[in-house]
Amino acid sequence: MNDYSLTEFLMRIAPALGRGALVSIEVALVSAVGALLIGFVTGLARLSPHWYVRLPFVAYVELFRSTSSLVQIFYFFYVLPLVGIRLDAFLTGALVLSLNFGAYVSEVVRSAVQSVNPGQWQAGVALNMERAQIFRRIILPQAFPVMLPALGNYALELLKATSLVSLITITELTFAGSQLVQFYGRPTTIYLAVFTIYLVMALPLVALNHHIERRAGGVWQGKVRHK
Amino acid sequence: MNFDLNSINVILPLLLQGLKVTVIASTGAVIVAIALGLLIAIVRRSAGRALRLAIDTVVTVVRSTPLLVQLYLLFYVLPLYGPAMSPMTTGILGLGIHYCAYLSEVFRAGIDAVPKGQWEAAIALQFNRLQTWRRLIIPQVVRIVLPQVGNYFISIYKHSSLLATITVVEILGTTLNYAGETFRYFEAFTLLGIIYFIVGFSLSRTVGYLERRLA
Repeated sequence: MNDYSLTEFLMRIAPALGRGALVSIEVALVSAVGALLIGFVTGLARLSPHWYVRLPFVAYVELFRSTSSLVQIFYFFYVLPLVGIRLDAFLTGALVLSLNFGAYVSEVVRSAVQSVNPGQWQAGVALNMERAQIFRRIILPQAFPVMLPALGNYALELLKATSLVSLITITELTFAGSQLVQFYGRPTTIYLAVFTIYLVMALPLVALNHHIERRAGGVWQGKVRHK
Repeated sequence: MNFDLNSINVILPLLLQGLKVTVIASTGAVIVAIALGLLIAIVRRSAGRALRLAIDTVVTVVRSTPLLVQLYLLFYVLPLYGPAMSPMTTGILGLGIHYCAYLSEVFRAGIDAVPKGQWEAAIALQFNRLQTWRRLIIPQVVRIVLPQVGNYFISIYKHSSLLATITVVEILGTTLNYAGETFRYFEAFTLLGIIYFIVGFSLSRTVGYLERRLA
């Protein structure tokens, strides 16, 4: 089964890799939405003046930032069913990636909100606005652009991290490639194809990040600098 | 599901053995990453347009593709064409190459942050190129980039668990092997998580301290 020409072979593996790539994108999108939600809630909760509100969120962020995403994926995959929580592999993968990246996003959100000049809060008070109003209409619009470069970098990291869920039996791009290697051999062609597809999926994000970084000027490396 | 406390006596020594491999792999990888990253940053500065474009392209490609796939390429594909390396060497090289792309950016920014007057001072003192880099620029760059290199070391430490997929028996590999044989997934993975956390958290505290000291 190894005597296909290169073009023939590529045509043969294309459908499986294409399906895998779609699953990768699906995992990335679901996790991105999850991470943004978790990250915003956590980041804002950590700005609470009450320590008992901050504490559980601090614990969550430190726990997920100090351990490996792959270890987290395996932990959820093997241990959650033992304590009676049954999720399918896709949900497990998306949940762990959401929690993992949510922890990083929360730091971005927190430092961006803190980077807004405190005088803006006072201005809001002077205008007789309520706290929530000040936050929504004055603080957030200024904090959001500060978050963009870091969020863009994490989006790219997330796309790459989806390859990890291949190890818990989700047939995304990497796992599709591994299965094809098992079936056909020819690892060179298959893994290079997988590599190229990842690159093609990443390029729009790379271009977007480049654009954001140029506009933001000086903000780089996934770190938000304080103004 | 009961947590079998007695099994800790068996698991803990195994995991610490695995942790040793993790630490060796991470340290090796960060050395490779620093060496390659610094080389890239320095060559890029004095390179012509074509070479610079080539370097930037390679760096972007390495940064935009998953480490897991890069490891598969090094582990399953490279030996078909070149010399076979041990899984550990492959892993250190893979991690090192992946992170040298990130570190080259850190070094580039670090070098740019050295004031222009320092280069002029080197000329005034009649330093040659090597002397300028070694005695003037690099010591200042190190101070600027140290916290970020520290942060990337933590990333490397966390990402080193991927080496389990290319048969390196580091701490995750040890856990998977043990749990696969004994079905003590709960105990093994919980201990793994605790150890991973303790080391990772201590590392991030240390880097945080460095950051404050050098700021």
